[in-house]
Amino acid sequence: MFGRKKGGPGSDRHLVIIGNGIAGVTTARAVRARDKKCRITMVSGESLHFFSRPALMYIYMGHLTERDTRPFEDWFWKKARIERRQAWVKFIDVDAKRVDFADDSPSLEYDQLVIATGSKPNKFGWPGQDLARVQGMCSLQDLANLEAVTDQIEHGVVVGGGLIGVELAEMLHSRGKRVTLLAREKSYWNNALPEAEATLVGRVIRKGGIDLRLSTELDHIEDDGQGRACAVHTKDGERIACEFVGLTAGVSPNLSALEGSKIPTGRGVLCDLSLRTQVPDVYAAGDCVEFVTPEGQRNIVEQLWYTGEMHGEVLGRVLCGEEAAHDRGIWFNSAKFFDLEWHTYGEVPPSVGATPDLQTLYWQPEDADLAFRLVLRDGRLVGVNALGIRYRHKVCERWIADGLSAEQVLERLPEGNFDPEFFRRYEPAIVRSFREQLR
Amino acid sequence: MSVTLTGPAPSPHAGSAGLRTAFAVATGVSLLPFALALAGHPVGSGWVALAITFAPFTLFAMLYIWATYRGTHPGIKNDDITRGHFTGRRTAGILLGVVLTGLYTVLYFEGEWLRSVYVLLDPLSHLLRDRPADQWFLYGFLYTLAVLIMGARMFWRYRHNRYQMWRTASVMFFQLGFAFLLPAFLLAMQQPEFYFTYFWPLKPDYLFPSYWSYLWSQPGGVGAFMLVFGVAASFILTPILTFYFGKRWYCSWVCGCGGLAETAGDPFRHLSSKKYAAWRFERWSIHSVLVIITALTIWLWVGEGEAVQTGKKWYGYAVGMVLSGIVGVGFYPLLGSRVWCRFFCPMAAILGIFQRFFSRFRITTNGDQCMACGNCSAYCEMGIDVRAYAMQGKNIVRASCVGCGICSAVCPRGVLKLENGKTHADRYDGAQNPLATLLRSLKNP
Ligand SMILES: Cc1cc2nc3c(=O)[nH]c(=O)nc-3n(C[C@H](O)[C@H](O)[C@H](O)COP(=O)(O)OP(=O)(O)OC[C@H]3O[C@@H](n4cnc5c(N)ncnc54)[C@H](O)[C@@H]3O)c2cc1C
Ligand code: SF4
Ligand code: SF4
Repeated sequence: MFGRKKGGPGSDRHLVIIGNGIAGVTTARAVRARDKKCRITMVSGESLHFFSRPALMYIYMGHLTERDTRPFEDWFWKKARIERRQAWVKFIDVDAKRVDFADDSPSLEYDQLVIATGSKPNKFGWPGQDLARVQGMCSLQDLANLEAVTDQIEHGVVVGGGLIGVELAEMLHSRGKRVTLLAREKSYWNNALPEAEATLVGRVIRKGGIDLRLSTELDHIEDDGQGRACAVHTKDGERIACEFVGLTAGVSPNLSALEGSKIPTGRGVLCDLSLRTQVPDVYAAGDCVEFVTPEGQRNIVEQLWYTGEMHGEVLGRVLCGEEAAHDRGIWFNSAKFFDLEWHTYGEVPPSVGATPDLQTLYWQPEDADLAFRLVLRDGRLVGVNALGIRYRHKVCERWIADGLSAEQVLERLPEGNFDPEFFRRYEPAIVRSFREQLR
Repeated sequence: MSVTLTGPAPSPHAGSAGLRTAFAVATGVSLLPFALALAGHPVGSGWVALAITFAPFTLFAMLYIWATYRGTHPGIKNDDITRGHFTGRRTAGILLGVVLTGLYTVLYFEGEWLRSVYVLLDPLSHLLRDRPADQWFLYGFLYTLAVLIMGARMFWRYRHNRYQMWRTASVMFFQLGFAFLLPAFLLAMQQPEFYFTYFWPLKPDYLFPSYWSYLWSQPGGVGAFMLVFGVAASFILTPILTFYFGKRWYCSWVCGCGGLAETAGDPFRHLSSKKYAAWRFERWSIHSVLVIITALTIWLWVGEGEAVQTGKKWYGYAVGMVLSGIVGVGFYPLLGSRVWCRFFCPMAAILGIFQRFFSRFRITTNGDQCMACGNCSAYCEMGIDVRAYAMQGKNIVRASCVGCGICSAVCPRGVLKLENGKTHADRYDGAQNPLATLLRSLKNP
């Protein structure tokens, strides 16, 4: 995969990458694929190893070992000549082009620097948020902390109605804990899911055994007198006794490595679409990036595995002198809520029913937790949402790119299905229902 | 809208823990008559003794499984697998491995020691085979029982997944019907004990000259039919079915070894090594066995004398007993459920070569949806690093894939799908010209 030929094309530069998540690793590999010679060093405080962050939950639930979550064996890095170091970066001196560490490990001098430091959990200044047994769920350290207090937990409260919230709820529940999940919204994750899907997901979470409290906000966390959480209080004045509080109200870029440095930041590290920061030879990728958009639009932060990988690909090319710019293309994402899988492609805004220029077709059977939605603008397909039915990424993408009409999509629907063989096919029912809705 | 649940949430293992423990203990206790028999004191003879020895165990094992999945939601059930007593390479698992290897060793090398156990099966053996039981009948009986009990577990466990249910039904059917009842019935009819679900080279005798003359000499033409079937199965049926469906039609739908791995072996599937080094070893070991058995078969036809008979005997010991039984099954709790199939089975080697180069089967990946969690690789019993392909959005076209479909089942992002395409030629770079690709891969293995 990586040519070991000596004297291949390349340079003598030293590329230092802070962060060994998907963005940092993809950058390193993309550079190595083009430049066989340069020195590449990847540092991270969290772990020497690149692992899949979305898989953290499976370690805790006992589906996977930590080692299972590492996509590459140790020999891979040797072969690719990507040096790794585990240490926390304390300071970046962009004038001296040097990175200093919090421990006594020797500083690194770089010719080019990539910041790929990911995210950290949001905390909104809730009283009690820094007590013991209160934590987020983003890193291996978070996982270790949770493991350490697991035996003390009988009832856990998870605050925040997003993807990580439901994962943390499922994690605790799998270890036999009672779980209360607080969400501010009036249906689950309705800032990303249309009302019908959000209601379905909420129902699935409850069926899974979670005490889901919608339209409920955290007020403060109660101290048991020994600096540990013992209850949460909601804005409605209810007190819920618990031995653990999970804070999963979203994430924001982790900028700890940049403290005191001259690299301009906003919510994240400010970058152009080629992932250059405003300081020469300093670049960024992944969750920590904030794209500066012209014309006064809101800047973009993308906190997904896929986008981190895309950033890495683009940055690898940019670092090797190619012209490249990030284009996230037709949006896609997926998740799993207990046993319910979700695939989404293109535009499916949560407000789809109430948006005048969008039409939508929606199917949800009475007897099963499934749903399927098409979104159209001016009669052309712009989005697909599938819950409990797997749909093909590349096929949906093509339908959207080609702007198919509803009728054309219905004719081709079976091509898009990605469920395993012998599974019941719902397409006939979906098509029947959509034809009725179209009439 | 805001409904509030009050009171305790149901426990995740809704199949209540108390019942599970009770049935686990009962299952253990009901092994007592079996242990007594092993120690030389069967509880008696006749149908009653047979029932006392095997029925309570079967019943309580099934009840334990029922209690485990009772009240759970259909879906993937892998909680606590990495920490399990039997599934996490802990003391209980290692002990189980020791017991299994021990039983296999006794069976193969000191079968008479098991006399006090197999006499218990005399009534059944007389009924089915018209002759007394022996250690091989005991083996077939326990093997089939294991496939059926653990097959029932598969039904509960994967009841949301019809591919798994059909596949499990198929291996249960072929084990019970074609590997247990039919051979017994043939014996009762004074015919050769022939297994229509095993072919050369997995069952090498079927192409050995000595076995041919034995079949040929059978009156009534049944033997001749078996002879022809054996040849056709190896050289016509196998290539055709593998071309259309991949090796899975055999390895995870029909084969008895696969049947045991897919039922009794399911709890251990994640223990297979995913290391690149293991893959390298596998390619050498499995193809070596294939070369050896092919050479031996040819030698048996063209040569004679003591040396070739010794070769045959040693192949029987080394491959037939040690690798397929003692290591193949005994090491389930240590190295996963497909040690034999992955590293040594010559049939898998042939099917694998077809699958890799001349088949329409592939596992497709769903665009860029993979987030590298590793569930697919971890639960691949063949130790394939499925994730390595999925992360790149590439098809998985690997000789060793038995098409069990578990990678697709456990993937939390719906990334994997087993498919028989419309052609073999669109699966990987070079698939249009499989022969050239095959030769290339021989040059730089
Ligand atoms: C529980 C959970 C589930 C998720 N599930 C999904 C999902 O299903 N799908 C999806 O698309 N996305 C998911 N995500 C988001 C996804 O994991 C992230 O978008 C992705 O990991 C970001 O990659 P990255 O390389 O930008 O950063 P990260 O993977 O966060 O890596 C950054 C690394 O930099 C290190 N670092 C930070 N500061 C310093 C410093 N000062 N010195 C040294 N090292 C430092 C960190 O320790 C970390 O190891 C999930 C996230 C979490 C937490
Ligand atoms: S790749 Fe998937 S289908 Fe093939 S053997 Fe492994 S788990 Fe089974
Ligand atoms: S299980 Fe699915 S998401 Fe996880 S690594 Fe495998 S293909 Fe990717």
